[in-house]
Amino acid sequence: MAALVAVPLLASAAGVGKGILLVGIPYAAFAIFLGGLCWRVVGWARSPVPFRIPTTCGQQTSLPWIKSAPLDNPSTGLGAVGRMALEVLLFRSLFRNNRAEIYDQRYVFGDSKWLWLGALAFHWSLLVILLRHLRLFVQPVPAFVLFMGKVDSFFQIGAPALYLSNVVVLCALAYLLLRRLWDLRLRYISQFSDYFALLLLLGTALTGVLMRYGTRVDVVAVKRLAIGLATFQPVVPDGVGIVFLIHLLMVSALAAYFPFSKLVHMGGVFLSPTRNLANNSRMKRHVNPWNYPVKTHTYAEWEEEFRDKLLMAEIPLDEAKHD
Amino acid sequence: MGDRPLIYGGLCLFVALVTFPVWKGVAAQSSTKGPEVKAVVDKKQCVAPRAYMREAHMELLVAWRDGKVRRQERHYTARDGTVYNVSLTGTCLTQCHGSKEKFCDSCHEYAGVSAPNCWGCHTSPPAEPAKMAAAAAGEMR
Repeated sequence: MAALVAVPLLASAAGVGKGILLVGIPYAAFAIFLGGLCWRVVGWARSPVPFRIPTTCGQQTSLPWIKSAPLDNPSTGLGAVGRMALEVLLFRSLFRNNRAEIYDQRYVFGDSKWLWLGALAFHWSLLVILLRHLRLFVQPVPAFVLFMGKVDSFFQIGAPALYLSNVVVLCALAYLLLRRLWDLRLRYISQFSDYFALLLLLGTALTGVLMRYGTRVDVVAVKRLAIGLATFQPVVPDGVGIVFLIHLLMVSALAAYFPFSKLVHMGGVFLSPTRNLANNSRMKRHVNPWNYPVKTHTYAEWEEEFRDKLLMAEIPLDEAKHD
Repeated sequence: MGDRPLIYGGLCLFVALVTFPVWKGVAAQSSTKGPEVKAVVDKKQCVAPRAYMREAHMELLVAWRDGKVRRQERHYTARDGTVYNVSLTGTCLTQCHGSKEKFCDSCHEYAGVSAPNCWGCHTSPPAEPAKMAAAAAGEMR
């Protein structure tokens, strides 16, 4: 008798729990992600930037016969756009990364491109992976998503075919984590948040890879869930499995954590005034817009005030008034 | 300061791009019903349990291919003891599932899965056995 009552109760509790895990948490996380990101960006947009404060990484535009660096020290809006494009798409500032070491009691100073390469590989493969996920959220699947999947699985290794972006993202994340652990100086300045973001990303990537190549998942069930989430008619399909659940919860954690962590550099990189402003301070006068009228007392006024005394002391005057 | 319209414009663009699946799905009135697949022949049992086939049929098919092409394993014994002829066209499609277009494609297109080179060699819908024999005989001569 007790079992007759308990089993449906447990089942409905499990159903509710599943609904919270598969629907409630993703919705909450995505709402926090979008709301939080907008809040951060609006906060930055409202911050005053009265003057041009770009970091200069090359010769400023000055006299026509002095060669300037239009991308590293742009003096026009177009140049600033170019500089931002280089930064956002190719991580130019990381490309300039260098490193000093002592070898045989000699101080050696040189380029270090590994961070740039690892970061570039990680970010671009993450973008490809995110766009590829659209095949689960949109019905019918957009052509460019299918095309990306085809190019990504070009070598047709195994079934389902191995995505190159999966290999690249795992290698890049592993490198980015190991360099924090390996390099003593880097380990010294690494904080919890540095590891947390990396481990969340690594966990998400690993569970995703595991689902595709290892434990398998019912893709149709996953897509039904994804479309239900996207079109606000959530369904809780059976048989999506524990690995998918971990994947989804890690993504949700990442999304909710995003706006309040260093990950928000996704928006912040566009709004850093040391990089997105044209260095035209010598061509254009930038007046602080909230300058209040300052009470001044010029020399001419002062001279006028003390004219008779100055005359008596026979001090020469700027403005001689002959009366 | 003066860049606020630009920033807010960029933010709106970002939000619009991120919510692409939402407005696309709402506009297309996407349903949460998955594709309906039905075997042509009313058989209860596939070569492996349904849940396994749904998630991992590609593993089985690749194993079949490798076994048949490289090790001449022409028969597959299912867990319940039934022996099947290893053949995508001959066994899977002809005996139960009909054709690629009716069976495979419904899920593959739904989930955006491009089939790995199965159909470079296999035919679908299966050609009639008599014609195939005739074609084979024609090639022999």
